[in-house]
Amino acid sequence: MRWIWIDRFTAFEPGRSAVATKCLSAAEDHFAEHFPGFPVMPASLIIEGLAQTGGILVGEVNQFREKVVLAKIQSAKFHREVMAGETLTYTVTVIDLRDEGAVVRGVVTCGPDAVGEVDIFFAHLDRNRAQQAFGDDNFVFTGEMQHLLGMAKLAAAKTAPQLPPAPPPPDQP
Amino acid sequence: MTQDEVFEKVKTILTESLGADDDAVTPQARLVGDLNAESIDFLDIMFRLEREFGLPKIDRNELFPESIFQGDPKFVQNGLVTPGGLAELRAKMPFADIAAYEKNPQFEKIGDLFTVDLITKFVHSKLPK
Repeated sequence: MRWIWIDRFTAFEPGRSAVATKCLSAAEDHFAEHFPGFPVMPASLIIEGLAQTGGILVGEVNQFREKVVLAKIQSAKFHREVMAGETLTYTVTVIDLRDEGAVVRGVVTCGPDAVGEVDIFFAHLDRNRAQQAFGDDNFVFTGEMQHLLGMAKLAAAKTAPQLPPAPPPPDQP
Repeated sequence: MTQDEVFEKVKTILTESLGADDDAVTPQARLVGDLNAESIDFLDIMFRLEREFGLPKIDRNELFPESIFQGDPKFVQNGLVTPGGLAELRAKMPFADIAAYEKNPQFEKIGDLFTVDLITKFVHSKLPK
């Protein structure tokens, strides 16, 4: 099972930056335990949301041919708790990008408030070793992640799904 | 920048990257044996060195070469690096302390060549004079 911790991308500049949002619902399972009566978003899941935003940003550079894995959290600072009912904005910027991997800086905000800053180091799994272990399948960008990729592309193209035109109002008697 | 100044900056990078104690990062400290670096940390260290020193892209095989001997029996025999292997090490790792290593050149200890001093000398050689 893979959890997705992004609701949607709102901006996507290939190879440079991406912005995604996550609305926190009290109905999410983890709030029942973290903590009963005091639903705080775990910082580890905030980092996961940033890593998903950043992982797609980094993976897109090579058209998702590389297996991009979170290798290391270089630093993480948090300034305040985030509660169920709030909306997080993940802004990720590429700091460094090379054949072996990438470093991104993630900034988390909630409305006008700074929530945290996290530097994430992604590695591209060694192509030879990864192929021996996992075959040709790219297990990183698959399934639900593909759904997110579609949203990222929408944000990149700055287009939104078009709703069908509303029917004309009924004639008043 | 002097070699001492490079060392101080390398020390800061390693304390941040490896979470190592300031006191533990001495020139002789081994990255794996003393500072508990893992393979992924080597990449992280390279990225940080490039950024902090404004270096052009570091070739991983130049700083942290892998598979120097490629399983060649003329370089390693009975678990020991041969004189030919030591010559290969000198050529591929000019900043490593081969003189100390050749006193007991066990192949399995080859990772001990990756020291803080090796990084310092490597970076110093790459900086504009």
